[in-house]
Amino acid sequence: MESFLSSLVSVAFHGVAYGMILYVISVGLSVTMGLMGFTNLAHGVFAMAGGYVLVTALSKWDVPFPLALLMAFVLVALASVILERLLYSRLYGAVELEQVLLTIGLIFMSVAVARLIFGTLQQPVVLPDYLKGQFSMLGRDFPAYRVFLILFSAGIIASLWFGVERTIWGAKVRAAVDNRAMAQSIGINTRRLFGVTFAAGSGLAGLGGALGAEIVAIQPTYPFEQLVYFLIVVSVGGLGSLRGPFVAALLIGITDTACKYWLPQFGAFFIYVATIGLLLWRPTGLFGKRS
Amino acid sequence: MKINASICAGLVATLIGFAAPALSQTIKIGFISSYSGAAAAQGDQLDKGVKLYMKLNADKLPPGVKLELITRDDTGPNPDVAKRVAQELIVRDKVQFLTGLVWTPNMAAIAPLTTEAKVPFVSMNAAGARVMNNAPYMARVSFTLWQSAYPLGQWAAKKYKRAYTAVSDFAPGHEAEEGFIKGFKEGGGEIVGSLRIPLANPDFVPFMQRIKDAKPDVVFGFNPAGKAATGMMKAYADLDLAKAGVKFIGTGDIVTDDELPNMGDVTLGVTTVHHYSAHSDRPANKAFVAAYKKEFGENLNPSFMAVGAWDAMDAIFHAIREQGGKVDPDKSMEAIKKWRNPNSPRGMVSIDPETRDVINPEYLREVRKVGGKLANVELETISTGIKDPMKEADKKK
Amino acid sequence: MSQYVGYNADPGLRWSESLPWLAAALAFFLLPEYLSLGARILTYILFALSLDLIIGYAGIITLGHAAFFGLGAYVTGIMSAKLGYTDPVVQLLTSGVLAGLLGLATGAVILRMHGLTQLMLTLAIAALCLEVANKATPVTGGADGLSGVVIAPIFGLFAFDMFGKTAYLWCLFVLFVGWWGVRRLIYSPFGVSLTGIRENSLRMHAIGAPVDARLRRVYTLSAGMAGMAGALLTQTNQFVGLNVLGFEPSGELLVMLILGGVGRLYGAFVGPLVFLVAQDYLAKKFPEYWYFGIGLMLVLVVLFARGGILGLIDAMSARFRGKAR
Repeated sequence: MESFLSSLVSVAFHGVAYGMILYVISVGLSVTMGLMGFTNLAHGVFAMAGGYVLVTALSKWDVPFPLALLMAFVLVALASVILERLLYSRLYGAVELEQVLLTIGLIFMSVAVARLIFGTLQQPVVLPDYLKGQFSMLGRDFPAYRVFLILFSAGIIASLWFGVERTIWGAKVRAAVDNRAMAQSIGINTRRLFGVTFAAGSGLAGLGGALGAEIVAIQPTYPFEQLVYFLIVVSVGGLGSLRGPFVAALLIGITDTACKYWLPQFGAFFIYVATIGLLLWRPTGLFGKRS
Repeated sequence: MKINASICAGLVATLIGFAAPALSQTIKIGFISSYSGAAAAQGDQLDKGVKLYMKLNADKLPPGVKLELITRDDTGPNPDVAKRVAQELIVRDKVQFLTGLVWTPNMAAIAPLTTEAKVPFVSMNAAGARVMNNAPYMARVSFTLWQSAYPLGQWAAKKYKRAYTAVSDFAPGHEAEEGFIKGFKEGGGEIVGSLRIPLANPDFVPFMQRIKDAKPDVVFGFNPAGKAATGMMKAYADLDLAKAGVKFIGTGDIVTDDELPNMGDVTLGVTTVHHYSAHSDRPANKAFVAAYKKEFGENLNPSFMAVGAWDAMDAIFHAIREQGGKVDPDKSMEAIKKWRNPNSPRGMVSIDPETRDVINPEYLREVRKVGGKLANVELETISTGIKDPMKEADKKK
Repeated sequence: MSQYVGYNADPGLRWSESLPWLAAALAFFLLPEYLSLGARILTYILFALSLDLIIGYAGIITLGHAAFFGLGAYVTGIMSAKLGYTDPVVQLLTSGVLAGLLGLATGAVILRMHGLTQLMLTLAIAALCLEVANKATPVTGGADGLSGVVIAPIFGLFAFDMFGKTAYLWCLFVLFVGWWGVRRLIYSPFGVSLTGIRENSLRMHAIGAPVDARLRRVYTLSAGMAGMAGALLTQTNQFVGLNVLGFEPSGELLVMLILGGVGRLYGAFVGPLVFLVAQDYLAKKFPEYWYFGIGLMLVLVVLFARGGILGLIDAMSARFRGKAR
């Protein structure tokens, strides 16, 4: 019994760590899709870019870890602004198929660029010494980095929720998600709002990709492989919502880890089945808007 | 009379043009490697081995014989691409030899083609043991998983009682698992558990946790050389299995010489059995490594893949020399079956004429820091020439 | 979607429609060394036709169409390698039927959703199929794929050879039948109602058209067709591996179709032809740049040439005609 409890704790711990990363990456997608209705399948590209920034900063430029994380956020956010101005803005209000195609094209392009610049191998992450090793808690050993990950992500999420619930910017975002036409008619500049929110969401994706580089390997095929998971988090959680994807991400993280531990021969099978089941039960997601 | 002069010149040129092919002969070799996709680094190793051999041995061909190497990309473990590419090489380019291949599934896919078209194929890496059973025109110069896993199992049984195996879920992984388990059990050891981990898996921690909880003495790991191996060892280190008394061993594939510098200190102490280590003192190897570094860069290490490519070209050159440049598929296969190279970077290598598979030396190695860099240090020679134990076992059945 | 031209009210055969078949016949005689590439192109044209039915005519966006293709491919492979049924016609029909059944089952789930959820479900189902194929190693060969696929001679007479001659003609024949079926479908009342559903599904509901039933039917048909295309691939290659499943082949097919022109019958012909020929030539020389190139091409097509190649041809000939007047 004791070893079962112990493995339960282990699975929960690793599952939560993975789930947190999934959330930090996907929350940007949820908000921008709910806000502007733009299907951005290339969201994984931002996460991957953040991961590459981190790895390059740590190994090539000898940047200290906290600064490297910040760089991941800022550089990816800036890059997303450029992409938004140049490409995405042309397809606002366009048919969904075209947005899908455009963003798939972007995925192809970034996979190729990543391969050209970084090669096909997974990038090794050189962690600072204070984050290596094990951390003792309640008589068990936990990998220090994952403890850090959980705490840091919790901090990010808390500030995000605070920002959306308590600030004026957050209020505008919530208004525009609820009813864009109405928001515009009371004078909210939704175009600029979207630009800022898109940058924030993409920056968060970059940060999430960087943080999670240990768990979800940074390699050129990242956007392809992880797309399904981000989309699951967002559609199960509910478009435009903040809490929903959080629950969904934790569910996925824990289920995936549990399956790998107890039923490794089934792989990711259960995630997909569970997703289909959940969506049949709640088509707009757990916390999404009921249309 | 300028017109006549140019007509004469034209006639002479045409005559020379017709005569030249009769004087020299071009033998086409189709080389299929993985330049894109997951295995690009390994494919690159094969490429380097081939180019190095051809450069240093250009004079070893019969007079008047030229070689044309036609390179194609199979883009990774994509058997249908490999098959299509091989078909084009045979039908469109009319190659007389086929070689290369990082991946076993690709080799399985092209096997029927080599039989139907009668084109000799020499595998530089693809290691699946049973692929060649019905392919009389295929030979292998690389290795098989049992050659390293089986002796490793026997060696491990002398030191450890309980073992857990964790392999990637594809044919080489299964073979490594079977070979190790057989050797370990024959030595009196107990297998506590076996895991088959999906090939496209990013996170090894849950699997390592499961292994840690089972408390074995040693974990036998196998992943295709590269990132998966790194991921597995990282998880091993993250969960502090070493402190928990679980040692990590495997076949040499998990600590390949070209990847080792990138894998980090997490590999120190890992014990493996393999047919080649870049660090070895053998004179033939030292010359090979020096030539490799000179050609491709001081920082780059050759791995067993480059050696596989090197030796495969040696076998093909041997076949060409034996036939004086006029190659015939059946005679080529005969020559290849009799080929041996005592001066291979790995030691003595030869082909078993019965199975057309390679006979390899095997060494026990440990990862240590030598001169500040990680290296596979050879501790002892387990065997100077071992045939594929799996086929030997098959025969006994 | 209103810029997707393709619905031509006149169902009669135009002379220009015989061009693809003439070209295919010529290729057989003039390019004997390229027949396996040709068979591949024909297979993908059939696959693209099936996708065109769904995306172009019915307006359902799917990123997981390869699930049906892959199922068809594996069914044929398993029938041959594991069960010993090697007759190509039986294999083709079985693949089509089973893929159609999968389409029926998944259609019931997918067609209930809309927007992102629908899209994501198509992805999830494709990923699910890939996962199953990956894990069911004793049946599918797992990551190593299924070799030992033997195809009996067609009608007992025409054996599949290394040069791809039989494969080419077989694919051509199946494509012809498929094309004929799709063409008749598009110009039938059923087909016209599909265009109506795509353009304005609300109105179609309002005039009493059985929208859901129609969508389910076309989804099932399309899945069956994709399954047959998959069977052709296995028969041509005598091998089936994991890369017939998942997002990447679905994405590539989407690119092929958009390149040719979605929502048009012949877009499915032009797209795969141009794509695969270009890939055969360029991807060998410049593999990374090729991948970048198709991404860039997709972006450019979406931004500037939404009708694909056929759309461009239409625009140019319209301008030409305009000037001539």
